[in-house]
Amino acid sequence: MSRFKDVGHLFRFAGLFVLAFLIFLVVRHFVVPRSFGQYGHYRGAAMGEVAAHPAKFAGHETCEACHSEVAEKKNKGKHAHVNCEACHGAIYQRLPAPPVQQNLYERFLALVGKSLPPDPPLLRHAEDPTSVKPDLPDTAVLCARCHTASAAKPKGFPQVNPADHSNGIPCQTCHQPHSPAIDAGGAK
Amino acid sequence: MNLSRRQMLVLLPAAAVAWKFVLAETPEQSPNYKMTEHWWGMLIDIPKCIGCGNCVRACATENDVPDGYFRTWVERYHVSDEDMTQPEVISPNGGKDGFPVAAEDDKKYFFVPKLCNHCADSPCTQVCPVGATFVAPDGVVLVDQKYCLGCAYCVQACPYGCRYIHPQKETADKCTLCYHRITQGLTTACCEACPTGARQLVDLKNPKDPIHEFLKTHSVQVLKPQMATGAKAFYNGLDGSVR
Repeated sequence: MSRFKDVGHLFRFAGLFVLAFLIFLVVRHFVVPRSFGQYGHYRGAAMGEVAAHPAKFAGHETCEACHSEVAEKKNKGKHAHVNCEACHGAIYQRLPAPPVQQNLYERFLALVGKSLPPDPPLLRHAEDPTSVKPDLPDTAVLCARCHTASAAKPKGFPQVNPADHSNGIPCQTCHQPHSPAIDAGGAK
Repeated sequence: MNLSRRQMLVLLPAAAVAWKFVLAETPEQSPNYKMTEHWWGMLIDIPKCIGCGNCVRACATENDVPDGYFRTWVERYHVSDEDMTQPEVISPNGGKDGFPVAAEDDKKYFFVPKLCNHCADSPCTQVCPVGATFVAPDGVVLVDQKYCLGCAYCVQACPYGCRYIHPQKETADKCTLCYHRITQGLTTACCEACPTGARQLVDLKNPKDPIHEFLKTHSVQVLKPQMATGAKAFYNGLDGSVR
């Protein structure tokens, strides 16, 4: 037993280590987010936060639910593979931002410039067709975006020089955009 | 009960560890979307791209991408037949406003849409010092905006130049493959807006996805295959001059 004489200081020292370890565990418990390590070395909840972003493009299935007669016409024509929102765009408008209740941590983040106020809510045409109305696209701009002749475009793609082709007459005078071929009865 | 100081010192940490397990939550599962059943990527059919810039505009609208920054962009290549190591590449405003009209000459032209390749072995996630960027179990490379420090290591590490530091958020930002859309069963904004079908969202774990037939019957390449990033943006008709 003489070998273990006067070892009290060692135990006191070990005690300090144990105490430090305990403090570490407690701090770690509060500092590391719960979902960290759920799937790997990252916060699992981050995926839900990314997925919470509001969608603006409704998708052509949503449009076709109401505008089935247009979809039917389009699907028979040369623009069958062009989705509605490729030309009409995402139809939505921003609502005024509601007042934000921030907790202390969020206010701190805002103070150090790390976080932006959340985006104001959206009102989509698909949800409220009467109050959010699409603008009628300007065919002179819209058609030219794809169909202006350029050597850079694939050779098989239908292209025209707008100035020579129509001399300023709007495209829809001859071509109905939902079914543009004139031979197929696309002309008005 | 009479505990000695020594017994107390042994018991306390054990109790703390046990308490930690008691407090640990069970992970929440989204009811409709099973991450493990998907492995997302994108197919880009270069011969179909007309350089209209619809994808770039749609992406900016959908994801509130600030002006001058791009989660996806389109490049126009102009390559001579003798020297494909010196292509002329332009991408004015990322192709957002389309491209200038090109006159016919003896060189070839083509458009290359670019976006995050959602690499399976992504260099960008490996360098993140805090675990703020990661490959999700469904193969999408995401950024945790709350965890990111904005150190920009990942911006340097990405061999494809797909990341930037968001000027207001001051965190790394990139293509999420429209994670908010694909988890709801929608396609990405760029694919929705592409008028020629040059971009297609693909799910490699879905046996019914037409990508499997496409990959079997076409010569498909990824960008910088020599870097072994496990890129999942598959390019059909990719020219050797594309970097």
